[in-house]
Parts: sequence; C-alpha cells; structure tokens
Amino acid sequence: MNTFFEMMSYPFLVRAFVVGILVSLCASLLGTSLVLKRYSMIGDGLSHVGFAALAIAYPLGISPLWLSIPVCIVTAFLLLQIRESSRIRGDAATALLLSGALAIGVMTVSLTTGMNTDVCNYMFGSILAMSKNDLYISVILSIAVLILYILFYNRIFAVTFDETFTTATGTRAQSYNMIIAVLTAVTIVLGMRMMGTLLISSLIVFPSLTAMRICRRFLSTVVMSALLAVTCFAIGLILSYLYSIPTGASIVVTDIVVFFLFLLIERIREH
Amino acid sequence: MSLIRCNNVSFAYGGKDAVTQVDFEVNTGDYLCIIGENGAGKSTLIKGLLRLKKPSSGVITYGDGLKPDEIGYLPQQTESQKDFPASVYEVVLSGCLNRLGFRFFYSKEERRLAHENMELLGITDLSNRCYRDLSGGQQQRVLLARALCATKKLLLLDEPVTGLDPVIAGEMYRIIRELRDKKGITIIMVSHDVHGAVREADHILHLDHRQKFCGPTVRYINDPVGVAFLGGAVS
Repeated sequence: MNTFFEMMSYPFLVRAFVVGILVSLCASLLGTSLVLKRYSMIGDGLSHVGFAALAIAYPLGISPLWLSIPVCIVTAFLLLQIRESSRIRGDAATALLLSGALAIGVMTVSLTTGMNTDVCNYMFGSILAMSKNDLYISVILSIAVLILYILFYNRIFAVTFDETFTTATGTRAQSYNMIIAVLTAVTIVLGMRMMGTLLISSLIVFPSLTAMRICRRFLSTVVMSALLAVTCFAIGLILSYLYSIPTGASIVVTDIVVFFLFLLIERIREH
Repeated sequence: MSLIRCNNVSFAYGGKDAVTQVDFEVNTGDYLCIIGENGAGKSTLIKGLLRLKKPSSGVITYGDGLKPDEIGYLPQQTESQKDFPASVYEVVLSGCLNRLGFRFFYSKEERRLAHENMELLGITDLSNRCYRDLSGGQQQRVLLARALCATKKLLLLDEPVTGLDPVIAGEMYRIIRELRDKKGITIIMVSHDVHGAVREADHILHLDHRQKFCGPTVRYINDPVGVAFLGGAVS
C-alpha cells in the first residue's frame, strides 16, 4: 500500500494510472467481441498502422493523436471490408498490413529524427510519453467508448453471437461492426504509447480469453474480463515501478500468469 | 393477399446463375417445405427471402402486414459458436432486438416475451445454462425460441432437423407443427429430409437450379418429379 501512495506522488504515474485503467477497461470490453468474432489480430494491425501514423505526425508537427485516430479508424473499416470479400483473406491482409505499416513507420523515423530511443518507446511503450494534454483527450475519449459500449451492449451481443440472424431480422449488423471497429481503433491509439505497438493487442486479447475460461454467460464474461483487465494493469504497473521494468511488458506478463491460473481452475473444474 | 410472393425470381453468384425462375407464393397459415439436392439453390433462396441477397432478376414482395424484418429465422447449425459464452436466456432475449427501435435496453415486455417463448419450447429450466454445453436438439429449441421472439407471423427454418437423431428430429417436427396449428405461424422450411417434408408440410417447392415443382403435397407425391425424387417410398 505504501508503494502505491509513493507512486501516486509522481504526477506522470498518476496520469499513467488513470489512462491505463480506462484504456484497459475499454480494450477488455471490446476484446470479448473481437475474440469471439475471430478478429483477435485486428488490434495488432491497428497498432502498427498507428505507429506509422505517429511517426509521420511528429515531423509534420501535427498532434499525434489527431492524425493516428482517423488513420486507424479508416484502417479498421478497410480491414473489416477485406474480411468480407475473399480475394485476399483476412489473416493475410493483416500480415501485409503489420509489416507494411511497421516498415513505413521505421523508415519515416530514421529519415527524420533518426533511430533513437524514441523508436524503442514506440515499440515497447513508455509511461513517460503521456502529457497533460494527452491525459484530457484520453480520459474523454475512453469514457466516450465506455458509454457507447454500454448503450450498444445488447446490439453488440446480438451481432457477436449471430450476425446472419441479426441482419435477417432487420438490424444492420454491418453498422454495428463499424461501431466496434471505430471504438477499437480509438482504444488502440490511446493505449498504444503506454503499452507500445507490439504489446497493445494483449489488452484486447488476454482479459477476455482469461475470463472465458470460467465464465458461462456473456454478461459475466464481459464483467469478469473488465475486472481482470483493471487488476492486471494495476499489478503490472506496480511491478514495473518496483523492479524498473517496462510497463507494457510487465502488464502482459501479469496477464499471462493470470491466464494460466484460470486455465488451471478450468481444468480442475472439469475433473 | 399473400404473405410472400416471388415473381419469377433468379439469384446469381458472380454472374453465374445459382437458381432461376422461382415463382411461388406463401399464404398465411401455410406450411411450405423447400427441397432439392445439395447445391440446388435452397440456401440461396432462403438468403433472398431474408433480404440477405438481392435477386438478379424478378421481385419478392411482402404482403399481409408482414414487415420484412419480422421473419423469424432459424439458421443452419454452425460449428463456429463452440467457444461462445452465452446463457440460454441471453440468446433467446437477443431475438427481441428488432423490437428495440431506437431504445438501447430491453423492456419488461420483451423480457416477458423471452420467458414466454422459453416456456413454450420447454427450455425454461435451461435458462441459466451455457448455450454451448447443450445437446444439438436443445440448441435448436433455444434458437427456435429466439426466432419466435423476432416474429409473430412467419418462421423460416433452414435444415432444422439435420444432425439430430430420429427421436429428437420427430420431437422438433412436432414442435414446428404445433407452432403452426396453435399459434397460426406460417412455416417455410428447407430440408434434406424429403420424407419428413412430405409427411409434415402441406406445400412443396422442389428446386434443382430452377423450380421443378411447386404446389400442394398431395399433388407432389403423384407428380413425376415427386415420384422420381421420393423413389417410390411414399405410396
């Protein structure tokens, strides 16, 4: 507990904590739908594109969030479209996007500021990256994501469970897919600089997969994954402070440990 | 006026005809069964009736007060939901989605409807069970209850008994017949089970990339098309 109060005396850690909790919440809620709809890789695709957008935004002097959010929303839209048509399969498209965006990002960085610690921060995240201005934007946007998720919860469930039925009975499933995509894009961009391009998608995938080990209802899965996400984030952040390890990595490692714990509980229950 | 009327409708995939010249109507209270070989265009026609696929020619009209989004649909069993955590009640309630309009949450009325339909199909005691843990027959009942939440008039059933063992399949047929007889719900069913179709339905639509027969079952079993397809098993 003392450690916690000590941490909270640093303004940058308070900022990281607030934004981290909110982003973890958003990511875990959306994650349940994304994992079940077989879109687990969308987070990775978006974060790499977000990285390229960030790298381009800096030398142009544009606020990084304002460039990367629209770019990621457009990408999310395109990714969903590609999945519908079958010329290039979804997984192949994501793979192309991952390396393509990464290459563009790295090239931009090396041509402008040069390869330096900044790149490392982009890749693996840094809690120091969060400015006061970023804090306000992140808090407002993530609360907006949470509210929209709650309002559209019933529709998101229906679209996740059975898209064909939902469309057949007159709900435009495609527009709710778009809402999920937009919310995901915003969440990814907000969490990216703290977690890093390479680790952000863990916030989406881990909590819901862990919750699915023991939950039998959609609502309880969503609630459980939100709880897990917040807990693992807090533990991860504290560990990273105590042992001076990168925040993103320490959160993911916490997620892994909890995942195996739940897997064990599931196995024991089955016997 | 008929509930659904197909006027010389054709469907195509990428310029290639899947099924052509479908011309039939369904009236309130009918029990129509669509039969034919695999790939004869049955599922395509279902998609067309649900407006998931546009006809390449011809028109489908909905009448008798049927709004196109009031069709209760029972999809074919798929494997993809094996890991989906959802309770029976959650699944059934999601059938009420088309009643929400501009609201965000379900009202008492809709919750009651979900409970009523679970009661009707005898799955009330499964309410809190996880959908994926149920047997095939139980899952079909859950999806049928969901379809009933979405409609008062017309059910569209895509292969409702495929993969069920004979006893459970018979039970399923009984439930469907009761829905028609007691609740006056019109039934359109796609089936592989030709003998079941002939026994249960009062109208048959036989597809083989085009419409080969459409009319009352009594006429079908004596029609050359019917006799050939049934292989003389029904006398």
